[in-house]
Amino acid sequence: MTREGRIRLFVVAGLVGIFEVLCRSGVIAHTVVIPPSEMARSLWQILISGAHNADIVSTFLNVLISSALAISLGFAAGLAIHALPRLRAAIEPLLASYYAVPTFMFYPIFIVVFGVNARAIIAIAVLLSIVAMIASTLTGLDRIPAVLRKTARVFRMSVPVRALLIDLPAAAPHLFTGAKLAFAYALIGVIASEFILSGQGIGYSIAYAYNNFDNREMYGLMLLVIIVAVTANAGLDAVDRRLQARLRR
Amino acid sequence: MRRLSDFLVLFAGMIALWQGLHWIEGDTVLTSPVATIARLATLMSAGPFWGHVAETGTAFAFAVAISLIGGIGIGTLLGLNRTSAIVSEPILIALYSLPKVTLYPLVLLCFGLGISAKIAFGAMHGMIPVAIFTMKAIMQIKPVYWRTAQALRLTPPQIALTMALPAVLPEVLSGARLGFSLSLLGVLIGEMFASKRGLGFLITSAMGLGDTATILAVALLISVFAIAANAGLFVLQGAVQR
Repeated sequence: MTREGRIRLFVVAGLVGIFEVLCRSGVIAHTVVIPPSEMARSLWQILISGAHNADIVSTFLNVLISSALAISLGFAAGLAIHALPRLRAAIEPLLASYYAVPTFMFYPIFIVVFGVNARAIIAIAVLLSIVAMIASTLTGLDRIPAVLRKTARVFRMSVPVRALLIDLPAAAPHLFTGAKLAFAYALIGVIASEFILSGQGIGYSIAYAYNNFDNREMYGLMLLVIIVAVTANAGLDAVDRRLQARLRR
Repeated sequence: MRRLSDFLVLFAGMIALWQGLHWIEGDTVLTSPVATIARLATLMSAGPFWGHVAETGTAFAFAVAISLIGGIGIGTLLGLNRTSAIVSEPILIALYSLPKVTLYPLVLLCFGLGISAKIAFGAMHGMIPVAIFTMKAIMQIKPVYWRTAQALRLTPPQIALTMALPAVLPEVLSGARLGFSLSLLGVLIGEMFASKRGLGFLITSAMGLGDTATILAVALLISVFAIAANAGLFVLQGAVQR
């Protein structure tokens, strides 16, 4: 582990420790935040008892379905937009300001269309994550070095062969960045939708526990979301960094 | 010129698509563009609507101000030292990609129901990207600038004003653009979940009534505001970079 990594671990552990002491000593009231150790114990009990297994499975299933849809549809849309330069010039300003609009406002519309169920949640999560994938696909295709294209021509490759042997591997690091972002956005979209209005899922359970003043359960589930989000994103980020480093070689 | 006309064609196509979907799905699911604008006009002519706009506007203004001041402050402090920047970057990125909605009950318990919880939640969303961009901008100032500043024997305030500020401004502005949109998202999600006032509340209450026209009218208003503000900041960024 690098020196910075050790300091980082120390800083995070220190912050959690300070938090624990503040909660235990009553500076932060027990009704507001429970100590981190108690959150961990609550999470452990939730996982052992299996009380929320159905919620956990439904949330992660929705996240996986939405990211898969966003990645495949976003990739296809990116290819199409890249192939049509005129459409691209017109659509690019819209893509650039897409994330300025809080897409989440349209969740109620999907509820009216699909009803309160997984389809409305998946629709909003896909809407939130697809543009990141489209943008990354465009960058990936743009950054394919001209020399690789020329090499393909020298070898007289047909278009499908070139796409498979040259374009895809050359664009892969950027595509992976897109997939990583799509996953992060899908996770946010699914949990936020469950939180606002739904009948199942981790987000729903947290909102339910909040409304019933069940702080122990609420913080246990919050810890679960934090742990899953941080590990998943850090894992994807590590792979991403490796691929990006390969680009610079 | 051709780009502009292409864009207008695309825009017209989107409106046509909206109208087409309206014909297929009917009024309960998607009101027509004309009906949506008419509803927005009726909403705007009534008094209570402006109360909601003022509530969201105030919460958003405070959230953006806190995000910018806090984010630039934190980014500067962490960016000035190489070790602290390397140590804190993954932590900030982890915080950035966390679904912060889950933490909203925590904010509500700390701040109570009301405008301060919305402001805090908006600032939570906006502050981190501003901090990340500021920190990176400061780390990436070219070493030759620092040496020049030393050679000219500039005092720290002079360094900050004449060297560091112009060097980091474009990056900080892109961070501010992101922070601006995310603060808006944070404030609106806060209002959608637990609030009795504001545009987010208007959307959720319309959802309960099945009033699609109001949802779309408010969404349209917010989208136009967000896109206009984003474009404005983009132009500003372009002007600074030159």
